Amino acid sequence: MISLRDVSKTFPGARQAAVQSLSFDVPRHSLTVLLGASGSGKTTTLKLINRLETPSAGVIRLDGTDTRTLDPVALRRRCGYVVQGIGLFPHLTVGDNIGLLPRTLGWSTARCKARVAELLNLVQLPAAEFAHRYPDELSGGQQQRVGVARALATEPAVLLMDEPFGALDPATRSLLQTELKRLQAGLELTIVMVTHDVTEALTLADQIIVFAAGQSVFAGTPAELLASPVPAVQALLAAPRQQLAALQELQSASA
Amino acid sequence: MNAELRTQLAYLPDYLGQHMLLSFAALGLGILISLPLALALTQSERWRRPVVAGVAAIQTIPALALLALMVPLFRAIGFAPALAALTLYSMLPMVRNTITGIADIDPRLLEAGRGLGLTERQLLFKVQLPLAVPVIVAGIRTAAVWVVGMATLSTPVGATSLGNYIFSGLQTQNYTAVLVGCVAAAVLALTLDQLIRLLEAGLRRRERGSAMVAATLLAALVGIAVALTWQPASADRDVRIGAKTFTEQYILARLIATRLESAGFPASVLDSLGSAVAFDALTTGRIDTYVDYSGTIWANYMGRTDNPGRAAITAGVADWLATEHGVAGVIPLGFENSYALAVRRADAEALGLKTIADLASHAGDLRLAADYEFFGRPEWASLQLNYGLAFAERLSMDSTLMYQALQAGEVDVITAFSTDGRIAAYDLVVLADPREALPPYDALLLVSGAAVQQQAGILPVLAGLRRAISNEQMRAANRLVDLDGASVAAAVTRLEGAE
Repeated sequence: MISLRDVSKTFPGARQAAVQSLSFDVPRHSLTVLLGASGSGKTTTLKLINRLETPSAGVIRLDGTDTRTLDPVALRRRCGYVVQGIGLFPHLTVGDNIGLLPRTLGWSTARCKARVAELLNLVQLPAAEFAHRYPDELSGGQQQRVGVARALATEPAVLLMDEPFGALDPATRSLLQTELKRLQAGLELTIVMVTHDVTEALTLADQIIVFAAGQSVFAGTPAELLASPVPAVQALLAAPRQQLAALQELQSASA
Repeated sequence: MNAELRTQLAYLPDYLGQHMLLSFAALGLGILISLPLALALTQSERWRRPVVAGVAAIQTIPALALLALMVPLFRAIGFAPALAALTLYSMLPMVRNTITGIADIDPRLLEAGRGLGLTERQLLFKVQLPLAVPVIVAGIRTAAVWVVGMATLSTPVGATSLGNYIFSGLQTQNYTAVLVGCVAAAVLALTLDQLIRLLEAGLRRRERGSAMVAATLLAALVGIAVALTWQPASADRDVRIGAKTFTEQYILARLIATRLESAGFPASVLDSLGSAVAFDALTTGRIDTYVDYSGTIWANYMGRTDNPGRAAITAGVADWLATEHGVAGVIPLGFENSYALAVRRADAEALGLKTIADLASHAGDLRLAADYEFFGRPEWASLQLNYGLAFAERLSMDSTLMYQALQAGEVDVITAFSTDGRIAAYDLVVLADPREALPPYDALLLVSGAAVQQQAGILPVLAGLRRAISNEQMRAANRLVDLDGASVAAAVTRLEGAE
């Protein structure tokens, strides 16, 4: 579905490449997680896919087509995009946020309205109650659901998500993760998600790419990740393992 | 309510109406130019800085000067040059706020928009512009307050405004008039500011009710302005009388109006015109008649530096006006209002000053105050040439304040007007001019050819004023207003009664 070959990105004036000779494939209907610490190049990689950034070198293909040959705006309309920190437009209602792109594409009012209602129901926010509200009247979790609904408005086959659940409390995050899996299955979406949360990656991913200093140091399934000897991967796993050990210790002590 | 206040309030509908019309037109035009300009500038890195710098440079021109500059540009006085100056003046806060408002939007929202697949243009109109509205509206509010305030300065270029209260009030020491003008302008500015704020808040909070109320009130203000200034078209248009910015001119203009109206010619007075503005207005047909002084025309407009004597100058001026500018009537009113150098009596006696020549040796210790135009006039060059005057300090100030400054000892010599009642009242000594450096200043009532063509009957009526006012009568009338605090109308009555 999406393939990257030897992709690099160096920002103007930067001494080091943000992303260096990156190659991986995102299979159709899979959920690929780009995992790594802050500044490791995972968000840049996501933006290279929908050409919010242009690669300095290498080729990115979407359905076999070199994305450099596509109009960036058209490309972005084929890829739903959920930004870090949600990014809902504060001057538009929930309904208008979701309907913005469809209206821009010239959909009829009735069709837009129906689509907004359909999407809101899909993300468990009844349209009658939520469509006319403004983003600042919603909780963080509700806003994030709207962000997902907006990204899906024009039925893209690909969904790009940049730390979508980063700002949420653990309970809400877990709930939304479950819903995302359900959505993906239902809509047969191909998802690329950026996160620095190892547990989230292990829970959701079909494929995990681990980033360190602009390079991919691991690519594989969650099971393969757990078994990987790569030092960067081991470092990533250290924290959750410690937490798990502490939890188990507490449980055995109280038992 | 006191009588003076009531008199002044009678002018309010006209002054306020014109002021509102001018301000609203300038603000509306300013918005129509500034917002698209600012939007274009957000798209062009290259043009942004120079254009914003240019708009900002307009602000560095003093408001009065900007208005004055528009007069030769438009070859007209009144509404058009005032509108142009006010529009230019209004642009900076609107252009700057629009650019800033759009530039300051959270970059994550822009990325979200781009990521969704909005084009840059869609992003601008659907995201950036709506989000920048509060900042843009703040710019419009600033511009509104500026424009309403600056519109008071459009009086000297012949656009009626609340400034008429302020300019004429300052000259005739009528502080009731000044106060009425200031209060009315302040109330108008604050009302406009708050209504725009209400409109913006209503739109932003999507309170249809308050937005509608604000929009209706704003529309009502425009309606009121139009209604107040609406004059039904009539075949017989008013005879328009000009007046420069000092007491004598206000009195004479009202006197001329009184004469014309009692002869059945409706007349209106355009007060507080700059000296050159008044002359231009007459020659371009914006006003029909006003009083000027032979020496002013001789030196300033004809560019003559010689002094062939009083009668020759009046004849030369009349001839030049008729041939060069088609002026149909040049009627000497009978008095002369010349520039004269005046000093305190105590100084005159202590230093033995009788003539300007006596002044020359003491000038290095003395401070000279003159009205705004004097140091730019040929008379000053002539005085220096003939008497070699080099004063310790030269100050320009409002002619009303010169006399008080002299009396208070803040200056030592002033350029007095010979008909000014304050010369006698403050016991000043007028220095003789043995070398005739200053030309004579016979008061001449000028009537344009166009006015006489339209209404031939006005010329005989105005000719009735020929040699009708003596130096003493004019001085007494001026003194009544300047020193005794009487109204201009009272001075006109005194002049009419004296004949």
